Amino acid sequence: MTTWIIAIGQGLFVAAGAPLLVGLMRQVRARLEGRAGGRLTQPWRDLRKLARKEPITPTDASWVFTAAPPVLMATSLLVACIAPFWSTRSALDGTADLIAVVGLLLLGTIALALAGLDTGTAFGGMGASREMTIAALVEPTLLLAIFALSARAGSSNLAAIVSAGVHDPVRVFSPASLLAAAALAIAILAEAGRLPVDNPATHLELTMVHEAMVLEYSGRDLALVEHASAMRLTILLGLLANLFAPWGVATSLDPVALAVGLVAFAAKLALLGALLAAAEVFFAKLRLFRVPELLAGSFVLALLAVTASFVLNP
Amino acid sequence: MSLVAQGLAAAGGLAGAGACAGLVVPARWRAALVGVITSAAGGAGAVAGAAAISGQRFALQVPWLLPLGGVRLAVDPLAGWFLLLIGAVGALAGGYVIGYVGRGTHGAGSRTGLAVLPVFVAAMLAVPAAGSVSTFLLAWELMAVTSLLLVLAEHRHSPAVRSAGLWYAAMTQAGFVVILLGLVWLAAYAADDSFAALRAAAGGLPGPVRAGVFVLTAAGFASKAGVVPGHVWLPRAHAEAPSHASALMSAAMVKLGVYGIVRVGFDLLGGGPAWWWLLLAASGAASALYGILQAAVASDLKRLLAYSTSENIGLILIGVGAGGLFAASGQQGLAGLALAAALLHCLNHAGFKTLLFFGAGSVLRATGTRDLDALGGLATRMPATTALFAAGALAAAALPPGNGFVSEWLLLQSLLGSLPPANTVTAVVAPIMVGVIALTAGVGVATYVKAVGTGFLARPRSDAAAGAVESPPTMLAGMGLAAAGCAGLALVPTAVAPGLQRVVDTLGGGSVLDGSGLRLRIGGIASTMSPLLLAAGLVAITVTLAVLARAVGRPRRVAPPWGCGAGPLTPRMEYTATSFAEPLQRVFDDVLAPEQDVEVTHYVESAYLVRSVEYRRRVGDRIEARVYAPLLAAVRSVGRAATVLANGSVHRYLAYTLAALLVVLSLGVLR
Repeated sequence: MTTWIIAIGQGLFVAAGAPLLVGLMRQVRARLEGRAGGRLTQPWRDLRKLARKEPITPTDASWVFTAAPPVLMATSLLVACIAPFWSTRSALDGTADLIAVVGLLLLGTIALALAGLDTGTAFGGMGASREMTIAALVEPTLLLAIFALSARAGSSNLAAIVSAGVHDPVRVFSPASLLAAAALAIAILAEAGRLPVDNPATHLELTMVHEAMVLEYSGRDLALVEHASAMRLTILLGLLANLFAPWGVATSLDPVALAVGLVAFAAKLALLGALLAAAEVFFAKLRLFRVPELLAGSFVLALLAVTASFVLNP
Repeated sequence: MSLVAQGLAAAGGLAGAGACAGLVVPARWRAALVGVITSAAGGAGAVAGAAAISGQRFALQVPWLLPLGGVRLAVDPLAGWFLLLIGAVGALAGGYVIGYVGRGTHGAGSRTGLAVLPVFVAAMLAVPAAGSVSTFLLAWELMAVTSLLLVLAEHRHSPAVRSAGLWYAAMTQAGFVVILLGLVWLAAYAADDSFAALRAAAGGLPGPVRAGVFVLTAAGFASKAGVVPGHVWLPRAHAEAPSHASALMSAAMVKLGVYGIVRVGFDLLGGGPAWWWLLLAASGAASALYGILQAAVASDLKRLLAYSTSENIGLILIGVGAGGLFAASGQQGLAGLALAAALLHCLNHAGFKTLLFFGAGSVLRATGTRDLDALGGLATRMPATTALFAAGALAAAALPPGNGFVSEWLLLQSLLGSLPPANTVTAVVAPIMVGVIALTAGVGVATYVKAVGTGFLARPRSDAAAGAVESPPTMLAGMGLAAAGCAGLALVPTAVAPGLQRVVDTLGGGSVLDGSGLRLRIGGIASTMSPLLLAAGLVAITVTLAVLARAVGRPRRVAPPWGCGAGPLTPRMEYTATSFAEPLQRVFDDVLAPEQDVEVTHYVESAYLVRSVEYRRRVGDRIEARVYAPLLAAVRSVGRAATVLANGSVHRYLAYTLAALLVVLSLGVLR
């Protein structure tokens, strides 16, 4: 029973916290750029405002367009329930391992890409095409990094990897692990659509990827898409945090450990989010056709990580 | 009589009846009758397969039926697995053909076109059932000839069909010769040509003979399976054949190449050194990458599916190769897991590729085109076809909760399980294979998003697509059943676990899958996954969100999309399949090597005034251009030169005969 509460609680926590994380990152960026910036809760206000507005479907779009936002949201929620963010004792851990989690996130991406194509506008198609190109190149890095991480725990299940990290901290600082962390960080930037791969703040046609796909969404559809994107960012950063710095995560059902786990997770997310936002101030967006070079670099890092895990495995 | 024997006998008898019906029955009832009989034959084959998987063995010897050894049948669980696969695809195709051909009397609906269909299914069933070299080769050749006739069914409609038929005939015969050489070489060391005798003799073979037999047969079988570089016939034949034939060939026939490799490599030869399997895994990896890249840039829907078959066969061979490699290094458990993943992927691929080719046939029948750039807008016109094709695409893209994901997951787990590495070879090969699988998975997702997104969604880009109507119920039923099969395999893969375990046991693998419960558990590896729970969770959350949004929010409004303030958007402004794949093609420029031409025509009066600019880009098959074109040119020049020998003089031909006789005699004497 408690394990189910943990699973659903995690999902709700990520859903509630994701817009706040986005608000925090905007705040950090604004301060570093010398602006005052919006409030921490501004993303939540935006979502509420959008949810009250009328959703509009383009004339020629089919059921795919209306189905995509709930599907995207469902994948994000499901992953948020499965991954060991708060505790490694989630009831759903055995349901999906890291490979399946990556697959679920990709499922959300393709729902949105299909919706972008379904609008029949050039922007939608362009965004979908670019998004799928990037996703196709991110996938190998993600899987190889997973491979390297699974080597550490002897299993690709998230809870196993995270608790192996908690119980054997030396392994976390192995060369394989650090290389995998670097590769995964780049892959996560691409997957979450952050600088230098995509600029989430842009609405300039030639540079946007994610925004171009969702251009036709409005009202509650857009609210769902925006909320799900924030959740995806939270999930990816949370994965990065707990796979490489698993400390604080609850490994038992002890109430104190659970409380510590929640606080630690929130703190890690805030720190990573702030770091990413600060870094983004200094990044410039890469040209679309330079992105594959970056991703190829991360692929090589991941391959090195796997090789290291093979060679240096005690 | 066991169930296996009854099933096989029924399939054979029904196929004969179907062939007669196809020849005799008037056009009005032909397709319906042949379709039903083919379905029944396929069903009987599937029952025989299921019985064989459940442990019934069956062997039959009819020495008088054919000269040189007679006919021998032997069915074990491995043969049963492929019988089940072929039978199921045949049963679905039989139902589908009724609606697809309709009352047509030309092409696929002609007497030959329909009479050959049940024979083709029966010949494919006979291949795994064969128990001796002569029976096997006979069934193999019957399968090749009948499939060739099916490919050529629509030869009156376009010259491309004839070219495809020629390529297919040449490649399949070349493959047959190589397989024949390999098997006959092996049989030369055995008491007779039965598989049992070959198995007994294989232990005492000299190493080079074993290696030679394996390389020869593997090359022939790989070409049949569509592995690079023997794949050139596949995109042509699959694209030009009638869709039920494409489905049968792509989903069932190419798997027999895999069957051949597994049968000879693991069963008859009893495994081999690591380099055999490295070679196999390497060609599988090349095939997977090349196939999916070509599929990603293809704009012909059936060509895309054909290249995707090449990719999937590549993944299967990676599994088979990994299995052999693990077996060679003594890790029986992992070997069993990799083989199980490969065999399960055979079944999964058969399921979703049947569905996808049926869907492509449905589109082709409704619109008359396979060109994705000219399609679009089918989601509102053909909703059932679109939904079913999308389900197939989800499975083919290896995403959860599709059935392709389950077998790819098992394959990845088998490679992951090789940690810590038993030897250096595994340490080098396993990560590379994971990288290859991951890259094909990524590009595969983009490919199928392209197929669904540009082929079925948004606005129609041609009048043909705009006037499309939904396919008849028999075709939808075929697709629906295929989709149901895929869903079953995706959600409860543990249901096939006991059968799969029995198949792997015959090949000497260890314990693989836990057949109980809904979670996928693997012997010896700690990772688990539950596809059913995942799918249930996804559906539950999606439906809840959709219902909530509709109940709470404001009603939806339909409005024209934003056109940047310019006039209304036209279908010309949509993204096409070609434009969708352009970034990927640019990223993989070095591999795909697209040909571009820009032709600028000037006015006669002045070179500064341009009358027209023509831009063309084509992504051809590079292997075909680099390997086969020079080969064909060489063969042609040899043939031309040899015409000198044959000038029509009978005296000269007699002299050749005499000379040949003398050479043979002298060789005999010298020996």
